[in-house]
Amino acid sequence: MRVLDHPILGRLEARRKVTITVDGQPVEAFEGEPILAALLAKGIRVNRITKKRHEPRGLFCGIGRCTDCVMVVNGVPNVRTCVTPVAEGMTVETQQGLGKWGKAK
Amino acid sequence: MTRSDVTIIGAGPAGLAAAIEAARAGAKVVLVDENARPGGQLFKQIHKFFGSREHFAGTRGIDLARKLCQEAQELGVQLVLDTAAFAIYDGRIVAGTTPKGTVQIESERIILATGAMENTFSFKGWTKPGVMGAGAAQTMINLHRVLPGSRILMVGSGNVGLIVTYQLLQAGADVVAVIEALPKIGGYAVHAAKVRRAGVPILTSHTVLEAKGEPEVSSAVICQLDDFKPVAGTEREVEVDTVCLAVGLTPLAELAWMAGCQCEYLPALGGFVPVHDERMETTVKGIFVAGDVTGVEEASTAIEEGRLAGIAAAASLGLLSPDEAEERMTAAWERLAALRMGPFGEGRQAAKEQLMKVGKAG
Repeated sequence: MRVLDHPILGRLEARRKVTITVDGQPVEAFEGEPILAALLAKGIRVNRITKKRHEPRGLFCGIGRCTDCVMVVNGVPNVRTCVTPVAEGMTVETQQGLGKWGKAK
Repeated sequence: MTRSDVTIIGAGPAGLAAAIEAARAGAKVVLVDENARPGGQLFKQIHKFFGSREHFAGTRGIDLARKLCQEAQELGVQLVLDTAAFAIYDGRIVAGTTPKGTVQIESERIILATGAMENTFSFKGWTKPGVMGAGAAQTMINLHRVLPGSRILMVGSGNVGLIVTYQLLQAGADVVAVIEALPKIGGYAVHAAKVRRAGVPILTSHTVLEAKGEPEVSSAVICQLDDFKPVAGTEREVEVDTVCLAVGLTPLAELAWMAGCQCEYLPALGGFVPVHDERMETTVKGIFVAGDVTGVEEASTAIEEGRLAGIAAAASLGLLSPDEAEERMTAAWERLAALRMGPFGEGRQAAKEQLMKVGKAG
């Protein structure tokens, strides 16, 4: 959910929108925001499934340190979604285990 | 290879202040940061600082960040962003990784202002999506303007826990409770009062036992503590989709370790921290430290330590006369002493003195 109105920060400025594909579905995002933020805005909180125990993981540190939020982005596994900005046409996939390399864009 | 007089790693409050002072003295300064923009964690601090005016009381972190960034820019500080410093070689070469490859910066002096990272603690279900650092939640709401969840349990009543609780409310979330393992509230009374006025209970002598839900958090089990031990029969399940952990910070001293700086374990400062002297110089000549990396405190203290390091680094290069350096450093030390007064600052003051005693003896 987006924080549209804020008592200190004011109204959320309108920004250019881009469309990314998340697990095959189109998702609208604001240009330049982290992938993770665009997903949270849609209520998506599971970013990957661990290799050994098949457990879900999501946002933990939010500053690129813990690597819990990594996903397969444009065919590249282990991309930290909390510090990687979205871009028009980007494909994002929930990472299974260590992730598989796909077709790079 | 880029060359500079002073290379500073970390563009938060300490690094920016160090850059400003060193550049003002005439040094060629390179400021390295792993993020796309400078400011560090200041950009998520939307609350007003308090204290006296010279400590930026009444100023919000975001405004202070803008001011410091502008000042650094005006003084010609060279920003090297999107660059994570991963090594220091020979005490003078900083290596960094960027999206385009690696870079090296050679300089006469290095200032480490790498900050700190959030602590965590483990309980059943703590790895589920929905359990996160309080700072992570703060980043999402204040920087990226998205809520990480809507019903929140805050674990920890230090200043981070209290301030982020209030900011989550401002962002439109419900915080069901702040829980604290200690028998008393950890943070400032003003912050606690604000949280309570907003109707959020602060439960002392409480902890979280479990985060439940599949695949994400949908509830949490909390219980009372007696002398840090769970009291049987006091468990209760609270309906929350998010558990925020505000259980302290640990200094990011890896680069200092790697460069061979002596570190000391001081719990009051957050763990292992590089030993330094009154000029913020570590046990490795030419490497200085400032801010949370050498003891978790606040943005205002980080700025003063940054100033000290920037002045000292410039003075050691002969860019300031000993008298000028002395005068500026004395003023910064006086401001630091004022910031470390009172029941919250005293412990840190004592720990800092101990750290510098080791530095002198070293």
